[in-house]
Amino acid sequence: MDLSHHGYRATKQRARPAPPTGDPVLFEDTSSAALGPSSQGYYASGYNMEGPPNDTQGGPGMNNLFADPMASAAMMYGSSLANRGQEIVNKEIGRFMSVNKLKYFFAVDTRYVLKKLMILMFPYTHQDWDVRYHRDTPLTPRQDVNAPDLYIPTMAFITYILLAGMALGIQKRFSPEVLGLCASTALVWVIIEVLIMLLSLYLLTVHSDLSTFDLIAYSGYKYVGIIFTMTCGLLFGSDGYFVALAWSSFAIMFFIVRSLKMKILTSVSSDSMGMGSSAKPQIRIYITVATAIFQPIIIYWLTSHLVR
Amino acid sequence: MALTLYSLIQSVILCTNAIAVLHEERFLCKLGWAADQGVGGFGDDLGIKAQIHNLVRSVRTVMRGQSTYHLTEM
Repeated sequence: MDLSHHGYRATKQRARPAPPTGDPVLFEDTSSAALGPSSQGYYASGYNMEGPPNDTQGGPGMNNLFADPMASAAMMYGSSLANRGQEIVNKEIGRFMSVNKLKYFFAVDTRYVLKKLMILMFPYTHQDWDVRYHRDTPLTPRQDVNAPDLYIPTMAFITYILLAGMALGIQKRFSPEVLGLCASTALVWVIIEVLIMLLSLYLLTVHSDLSTFDLIAYSGYKYVGIIFTMTCGLLFGSDGYFVALAWSSFAIMFFIVRSLKMKILTSVSSDSMGMGSSAKPQIRIYITVATAIFQPIIIYWLTSHLVR
Repeated sequence: MALTLYSLIQSVILCTNAIAVLHEERFLCKLGWAADQGVGGFGDDLGIKAQIHNLVRSVRTVMRGQSTYHLTEM
């Protein structure tokens, strides 16, 4: 996105009318449109998503008058088409999931990512596991290192797929179909795990504030451990693989137990004061421990065939 | 084990179909889970049996659409 060269593109744009000049309008619209209604929701503490930095650079560029009226008319038409397309896409996606809620999970910065990766690999020294709130809305990951995010799981998932391709290539078993197969296998395991968690939380009437995206986030954090395990396995052979597998298994189990303990075990159950109170904490502990034990099994399952 | 998205979709559809075709009289009445037998408890914490009962009833109602109560008239 080199809008600093925008002034020099005027001569090229006569030959290519519409789409390249739609870009500044697209980028401006998404960030400024997202700021308004959601700023009371999830960014309540006064932080903003990076307010459109391309605003000042796009302005003078758009005001260049083209000598050729056809080119300028085509540019206007193209930008209005791009606007309309963007609105339609947003509306359709908004039917299935709340886009604002999704943006909350991607509001991360470098400091958060580094600290979170450190906690994922070495969670034993982290003291404070509470997710902090601000007037009933959870803080964005930028302000609270305990908040779940979806950036790290997504990046770790894609890195895992690339590493799996590389590992298969080292074993001379690579073909492009295998890459897609590996990707859909890993995705299916994530979906299965999230579905089982949702089902068990529903059936055992555990009223926690874990949404689907939270569960996807917690289930995706194990891919960081998987990447670490695979890297050690590729670099140091079979011994390194098992040592790294043990290390990341314990780290991920500790992380999951501590994180979910905050959310599941301390959630409020509205009605039962003395009814099942002896059974409820036990069941919640079972759910947390079962989730934690599931992680190293999956780590082993997804990596063992790649590191021989 | 190469799990693909297609096999996941297949298994979900088959499980939902299995829940939807459970016979009212031969099976669910024996368990006390027929469509018209309500659950005694009120409030949020009904216990796991009631939750499964609700889930099965909801799946059957959604999946069977219009023909929900024709079979129980026999």
